[in-house]
Amino acid sequence: MSAAPMLEVNGLTKRFGGLVAVKNLSFSIHAGEILGLIGPNGSGKSTAMKSVMGVERPTAGSVKLDGVELAGLPSHRIARMGVGLVFQHSRPLARQTVLENIKVALLPDKLTRLFADKDVDARARAIAERVGLGGVIDRRPPTLAFADLRRLELAKAVARSPKLVLVDEPFAGLTASEVADFSNLIREFRDDGRAVLLVDHNVKSVSALVDRVLAMYLGEKIAEGRATEVMQDETVRRVYLGGALVSTARPEASFKDVTPALQVDNVGVLYGKAQALQDVSLHVHEGEFVSVVGLNGAGKTTLFNAISGLVPYSGAVKWAGRNLAGGTAAQIARDGIVQCPETRELFGDMTVRENLELGGNALSDAERGERLEWLFGLFPILKSRQPQLARTLSGGEQQMLAIARALMMKPKLLILDEPTLGLAPVILETLSKALDRLRETTKITVLLGEQNVTFALPHADRVYVLDHAKIVWEGPPDRFEAEAAENYL
Amino acid sequence: MPSFVTSRLFWIAVLTVIVALVLPTYVSGYVLGLLTVAYYTAVFAMSWDLLFGFAGEVNFGPTFLIGVGAYTAGILDAHYSPGLSIWLCIAAGALAAVVGGVVLALPALRVSGPYFGLTTLVAVLMLQNFIVVAAGLTGGEIGLAVPDVISIDAKTNYWIALGFMLVSGAILFGLSRSAIGLILQASGQDKIQAGALGFNVTKHKLAAFVVSAFFSGLAGALMVFYMGTASVSTFVDVGVGVQIIIAAVLGGRRTVIGAAIGAIFLIGMGELLRPLGELATLIVSVIALVVILFFPDGFLGIIRGGAKA
Repeated sequence: MSAAPMLEVNGLTKRFGGLVAVKNLSFSIHAGEILGLIGPNGSGKSTAMKSVMGVERPTAGSVKLDGVELAGLPSHRIARMGVGLVFQHSRPLARQTVLENIKVALLPDKLTRLFADKDVDARARAIAERVGLGGVIDRRPPTLAFADLRRLELAKAVARSPKLVLVDEPFAGLTASEVADFSNLIREFRDDGRAVLLVDHNVKSVSALVDRVLAMYLGEKIAEGRATEVMQDETVRRVYLGGALVSTARPEASFKDVTPALQVDNVGVLYGKAQALQDVSLHVHEGEFVSVVGLNGAGKTTLFNAISGLVPYSGAVKWAGRNLAGGTAAQIARDGIVQCPETRELFGDMTVRENLELGGNALSDAERGERLEWLFGLFPILKSRQPQLARTLSGGEQQMLAIARALMMKPKLLILDEPTLGLAPVILETLSKALDRLRETTKITVLLGEQNVTFALPHADRVYVLDHAKIVWEGPPDRFEAEAAENYL
Repeated sequence: MPSFVTSRLFWIAVLTVIVALVLPTYVSGYVLGLLTVAYYTAVFAMSWDLLFGFAGEVNFGPTFLIGVGAYTAGILDAHYSPGLSIWLCIAAGALAAVVGGVVLALPALRVSGPYFGLTTLVAVLMLQNFIVVAAGLTGGEIGLAVPDVISIDAKTNYWIALGFMLVSGAILFGLSRSAIGLILQASGQDKIQAGALGFNVTKHKLAAFVVSAFFSGLAGALMVFYMGTASVSTFVDVGVGVQIIIAAVLGGRRTVIGAAIGAIFLIGMGELLRPLGELATLIVSVIALVVILFFPDGFLGIIRGGAKA
């Protein structure tokens, strides 16, 4: 390892309007080194990576590659200086072959070159061979398997032999053997003397590969060091697992219904070629509070969308003993299953009051008024915000409004998808209290999807752990730390 | 490109060209006149396809480029004839369209998606208003009569239009299949990724716009000297632009050649169905709608559908 680092990032800051996505971030990578940049959704890791590539223009700070300042340059200039980015979501040219897709990456950025150099073909073939696309070189991308599409992204990014390779979630959606293949390819980059930045959600998935890990939360660095050190780090554990876990679980036997209100049996979902959900079974009793915890990309949202009838699935979802298959999303919502989506989906240009009234559209005037009063008791802040436009609320207030609007529909089953996404700890507490009161004062059944275990566990009567599209653990929250926490990080 | 020579597309093109070449022997001057207009329209549609099919930008203002070219050439001729050769007027028209295209594209390419389209649409409306307001220069709503025409012989005009279409088509098609065409497609597909691969996306899109503007303006100017008049309703109106867009999509986008086929089809059908009066427009519109809805790859997609599998 050479003395001077290849990439030096200093005081990198990126603001989007009032939101600070990356705050004063500094790190460095040497040639022949792999750095893992990890953090939960909304932690700023992707923004940091895009700022290095020049896809986002840094608000402040410096990004130096071999001593040359990159900050502020457009991405095509940064690419030509030796930085390559492996995109997670690929949109290859569908009407060209794999070979032609790789060739694109080898073309010069010149308007005067109408025809590619003679050696481009041979070079493209060599790259295809190297990443394992040799067998499908004349096929068109729409006919490729998911892993091969990812290989194609890899091939394009390394076509120009970048000195620094940025990889966005290298293993998302891959099977175990494919993960091994990809790990080997990434190790080869390191052995070639390139610097590699891997961006991922958690330490676990990249720990075998990386030399060092940098953990981010809410735009800031919270830990840096070897993978094992970062996994032991107090702050990191608090972010992912929370501190001491308190549980107020009611035993499953205390719920009187013999047949659970919601039964999900062997549900599977395919997104194109990626298996988003595989053979998932779970159940929720009437009045029970069940948490599904899992990292981003584990399949939580897909599970909820399947229950709500928003995506096609195999297997069966039963609600009050009735099979939901074939029902439209609107019908399922009218049956009492109301989802409060991760993206909140508020009507931004309508006031808080209007958003709530729309939620209670089906209620009589008297009922709606009553419901509103009850909700203002649950979320007092919304009462004072009634005339304000929804999009001008803070993130935490928007989340409360989203939950309140869902509750206006008088759901029997409330599905909360990642309510803590991107929220500061102080707001989590307010939300947490509201959920507590909801649980104690009403008979509502809740299915909560969370990455943040600290938030998900205290309310839960039972917990499921979702990992790579499968349920890997089920049990009461007080057994979580002993049995499941180790594998979660 | 051996694969291209053996492709069905190539033989269809060869066959079409042969038919076009022997046609003047068999058909009337009226039909030739119609085809002359169709060939110029084909160039409009092919130029548009380079922008939409390859650079991925929906230009709602093809008639801005055409109108600038046509009116520049026409006005120069109307004011300086016979001192100025019409070929100089035509060259000036093409140049003006390129300049107009750059002036429009520079700000328009800063925004993308629907906003790019809206910007180009507004440009058409502004040009249209300018022509009407500056009636002293442009002839206004009545139209501009130009003193010169290229030729009064229908066959000569036909040969010029056919030759122009073939040459433009060959250049545009070649460009679309070149390295630059590939980069354009990549930029249109995913401009962030194209940037990260080291391509200056704006530069390539601007170049596509310049080429599109050049051929649009050139075709517009040639058509003025075929018709002997320039009017808003034939060169600038938004409806004309919509016709061009439908032609390109109908024929098969991202093919260049399909755009030409679509344009000739639209004009031919319009004429064949003319006895039906207002009904003709409706029938053509329904056909266009059916093709676009059920065969998004257009006529060429239908033809090539079997060959691809």
